[in-house]
Amino acid sequence: MIMETKELAPEKIKVKQVDTNTDFEVHSDHAMCVNNSKLDKPLWSNIKFAFAGILFGILLVKSEVISWFRIQEMFRLQSFHMYGVIGSAIAVGMISIFLIKKFNIKTIDGEQVKIEPKKFNKGQVYGGLLFGFGWALTGACPGPLFAQIGTGATVIIVTLFFAIAGTWVYGKLRPHLPH
Amino acid sequence: MNFIDWIRQPWPWYVAGPLIGLTVPALLLLGNKPFGISSSLRHICAACFPANTPFFKYDWKKEVWNLFFVTGIVIGAIITVTLLSNHAPVVIHPKLSAELASVGVVNTEGLVPKDLFNWESLLTVRGFILMVIGGFLVGFGTRYAGGCTSGHAIMGISNLQLPSVIATCCFMIGGFIIANLVLPFILKL
Repeated sequence: MIMETKELAPEKIKVKQVDTNTDFEVHSDHAMCVNNSKLDKPLWSNIKFAFAGILFGILLVKSEVISWFRIQEMFRLQSFHMYGVIGSAIAVGMISIFLIKKFNIKTIDGEQVKIEPKKFNKGQVYGGLLFGFGWALTGACPGPLFAQIGTGATVIIVTLFFAIAGTWVYGKLRPHLPH
Repeated sequence: MNFIDWIRQPWPWYVAGPLIGLTVPALLLLGNKPFGISSSLRHICAACFPANTPFFKYDWKKEVWNLFFVTGIVIGAIITVTLLSNHAPVVIHPKLSAELASVGVVNTEGLVPKDLFNWESLLTVRGFILMVIGGFLVGFGTRYAGGCTSGHAIMGISNLQLPSVIATCCFMIGGFIIANLVLPFILKL
């Protein structure tokens, strides 16, 4: 994957002039998981992320981490399974990021990998607790909601809709909430 | 046991966990994308109901990769239940099984308990709390915290971010409180 970057003609990479003001909210403290690429790529190029999503969805279902039962076992300390999955995923992620930084591994488009640091704010405590409440009730975090719908639990569309509503209400109330 | 039978079983944590961890470098190297799923909910708000809110006024089209990713998750789950599953009931801890049986939750055929999460129970008090209030808290809490299990617990801790460690601890504390102290009463409703 990394070798391909050498074959890529430089004129194909169009660097977009980013007006940072338009991204102010996206790159603010309370937002994350945003696009750090400066390349202006066509819409179809995102298809690779759909394939990554398919593989990730298969993993979510096969590991049963989207199961309400497994989440209850985790919070009742009745099973090691969830701790094993999340712990080993963190270990692999940590080693991967270490290697990417150490050897300065570039993306398939030849860009430098950039990860924004996270700043502390009180939202991580208040919001974290509220999400924890929701996680124990629904047995799902946002990724598993999508996967649960895929397994045929169609009613979870309602849960997903209210998760979107929750995000929307947060966006509305944000100026009035402690951070 | 042949390979297909093995694949169709639930995968142990030491197989699935490291593969889930590989999502982190995969997304970084495919296009400088930090792993995180709860942002998709914000992008959906920004795309469909921005309502003149500053928090939703940004160029969501630049973040559309995230919506491709979650669409992939739905397709991946459909593929798994159709082709890669043995459809055996979920094996759960006997204590949990006994607790659930005492409130009429006996069906463990799917990963989502059919006795709790179904269209008929949506308008019961129990179903409303689990599906509607629960969903709302997931969406509100993850955005307030700035991430979820993927963005904070996996991506953030992998990148040695202290705020993500704090957020993850709070996810767990919140979950412990509800699952052990509150949920038993909700299930009896």
